[in-house]
Amino acid sequence: MGEARLQTLAILVDNEAGVLSQISRLFSRKGYNIESLAVGATEHQEVSRITVEVITDEEHINLLVNQLSKLIPVHNVRMLTDREGLKRELVMIKVKADAGDKRNELMQIANIFRASIVDVSLGALTIAIIGDEQKITGLVKILSQFEILELVRTGVIALERGQMTIYDDTKEKGEFNYGKNVL
Amino acid sequence: MEITGSKILLECLLEQGVDTVFGYPGGTILNVYDELYNYSDKINHILTSHEQGAAHAADGYARSTGKVGVCFATSGPGATNLTTGIATAYMDSSPVVFITCNVAEHLLGKDSFQEVDITGITMPITKANYVVRDVNKLADIVREAFAIARSGRPGPVLIDILKNVTALKAEYEPLDKKEHYKSGRMMKLAQRVLNDFRTPEPDKNDIDILVDMINKSERPMIISGGGVVRARAYDEMEEFVNKIDAPVAITVMGGGGVNGRNPHTTGMIGMHGSQASNMGCDGCDLLIAIGCRFSDRVALDPETFAKNAKIVQIDIDRSEINKNVMTDHHIIGDAKHVLQMLNASLTQQTHKEWNKYVFSFPVETIYDDVEGKMTPKQVLSCIARMMPDDTIVSTDVGQHQMWAIQHFHFDYPGQLLTSGGFGAMGFGLGAAIGAQIGNPDKAVIHITGDGSFRMNCNELATEEHYNLPIITFIFDNSTLGMVRQWQNLIYEKHYCQTTLDRGPDFVKLAEAYGLKGKRVSTVKELEEAITEAREWGKGYVVDCLIDTDEMVRPMVAAANPITKFIIC
Repeated sequence: MGEARLQTLAILVDNEAGVLSQISRLFSRKGYNIESLAVGATEHQEVSRITVEVITDEEHINLLVNQLSKLIPVHNVRMLTDREGLKRELVMIKVKADAGDKRNELMQIANIFRASIVDVSLGALTIAIIGDEQKITGLVKILSQFEILELVRTGVIALERGQMTIYDDTKEKGEFNYGKNVL
Repeated sequence: MEITGSKILLECLLEQGVDTVFGYPGGTILNVYDELYNYSDKINHILTSHEQGAAHAADGYARSTGKVGVCFATSGPGATNLTTGIATAYMDSSPVVFITCNVAEHLLGKDSFQEVDITGITMPITKANYVVRDVNKLADIVREAFAIARSGRPGPVLIDILKNVTALKAEYEPLDKKEHYKSGRMMKLAQRVLNDFRTPEPDKNDIDILVDMINKSERPMIISGGGVVRARAYDEMEEFVNKIDAPVAITVMGGGGVNGRNPHTTGMIGMHGSQASNMGCDGCDLLIAIGCRFSDRVALDPETFAKNAKIVQIDIDRSEINKNVMTDHHIIGDAKHVLQMLNASLTQQTHKEWNKYVFSFPVETIYDDVEGKMTPKQVLSCIARMMPDDTIVSTDVGQHQMWAIQHFHFDYPGQLLTSGGFGAMGFGLGAAIGAQIGNPDKAVIHITGDGSFRMNCNELATEEHYNLPIITFIFDNSTLGMVRQWQNLIYEKHYCQTTLDRGPDFVKLAEAYGLKGKRVSTVKELEEAITEAREWGKGYVVDCLIDTDEMVRPMVAAANPITKFIIC
């Protein structure tokens, strides 16, 4: 058994009621906690794309991919490694800022991280940042020296680098679809 | 032409060639039953005593005929009563389409009378399931459901139709089954995964690799599983076994997939596997598992399972590969097709020494005769002797199930009906009813225990009403034998809640249902009972008294190496 690490899966599914619960059930049944989840329609209205992150080893992620591929509403499943995947997440952080100098300091930090201030009030400041895991962790770490009132993340979305897409009939994908036997 | 949803549903069943439906009516499915009234000359509806019985009957019908079984039930409790039957069909890959109706659209989600989210409940135990909210989509969904149930690795599918949909009208055009994939949902599905439209073509290269492995092997061994039965690959299997001259073991689901009388057969493998099977599996240098998923009752300890062998898995379902046991090579495809390709490339092999070694271990357990008591083996030998060779055998779950698979020879796929994966006690009688309906010319017997039989014996009413000449043999040891066996061997003889020192009198019970019965405690009485049952020509119950402490032998405890027998 390999080492457990964070794995990212991109899954194309029918944009229909009940499909998400079917997918998430598969993860929960195996005892995997979903670390991150993002769902939305794609360029084809009838198809949704799910990006999901779980912590597991190589062997189990392969089994998961095979079992996901077997579900009828699932069109494609793609494993995205850090090397070949572009990963982004949007995070909004509300930080307590009741004094002028604190607000100044926070604005400087936001600038350095290329984050934006999306809301200001007398008591607090809300910072929005788009980035990968590393960048976001960095910002959150620094902001935690202030008082974080609230934090919300969209969940990671991921896309393959280069001109390859999830629709491409790669060797790897062919393997996964191989045993699907839909009809 | 505009017709109601109910009529569309029944027309779609006719498109699929369905002539038999098992079911139970109720409030929300009334419109469908009202329409069924007009279709009674085309669709034979079998009314059971309980929805679970209907589910098992549809499953037994599917397993024994190879066709898709169909089962109707109403919403709420009707639907939930199906769940054990659905899970049984799912675990054993049996193609059954379950049709339930739900409350009308305006009542949905309001905890209405007899409302339940059955698609949510059955999500983990169906291949696919649907809620039909639009009558215009009904025909399309039913067509897809049948295609999915029977394709690839078969399995149950559930369609939940809202009551208002069964009354609303929509345009319906009859469409030949062959044309279904050219329109609607199936067309989209086919376009999406074009390569998978048909069962996957086995990879020639993968076949060649296996042929090479077989040629190099000195001690090959085969496991034949449920996939071989499902693919009806009996002849191909026979040729394969003879060609590579290898011992072949069966799993519980594999009974009937390979000729039980072939001298290469070592019987069942696993927890209650024969010594020949288990020792062979341990000693072989090449293990070829066909249509077998290495369940924890076969590969009890995956780490030591076939530890000296290269393991090859042949399965139609990609997700079964390396799931339970890590393999060295695999071929994806239908067992029949793969075996045909293998047979074409193989030359005749001989493994005299190896066969001699494997068959130096017993293939069948010898039970000591106890004065005045019948042994399970005696009962089964007597049944086998007195009944026709092609008798369909349906079992429940427990000791009697293991005995039946150990001591009967199964000669064709679909002859043995048993709940292998799910292990549902109470499966047998329903399945026997389904099998008898689907095979009116064959003899059907139901082998059960006193614990299992008590669970769903209400279906004797169905058996009587439809004049089904099923003979039930109860291995009556006044205990939940298999659980007691574990308590005896593993739980220090703490016989907690397993003693069945209570009624009913099974003979009187049979009579109460309008059938006949007889209690027997010797082989002679058993012979007389079978003769009487065959002459009587209706349902018959034989209550066979056996010893309370009789055990299934051999036995390997769970999670132990396959050769570590706790009893032989």
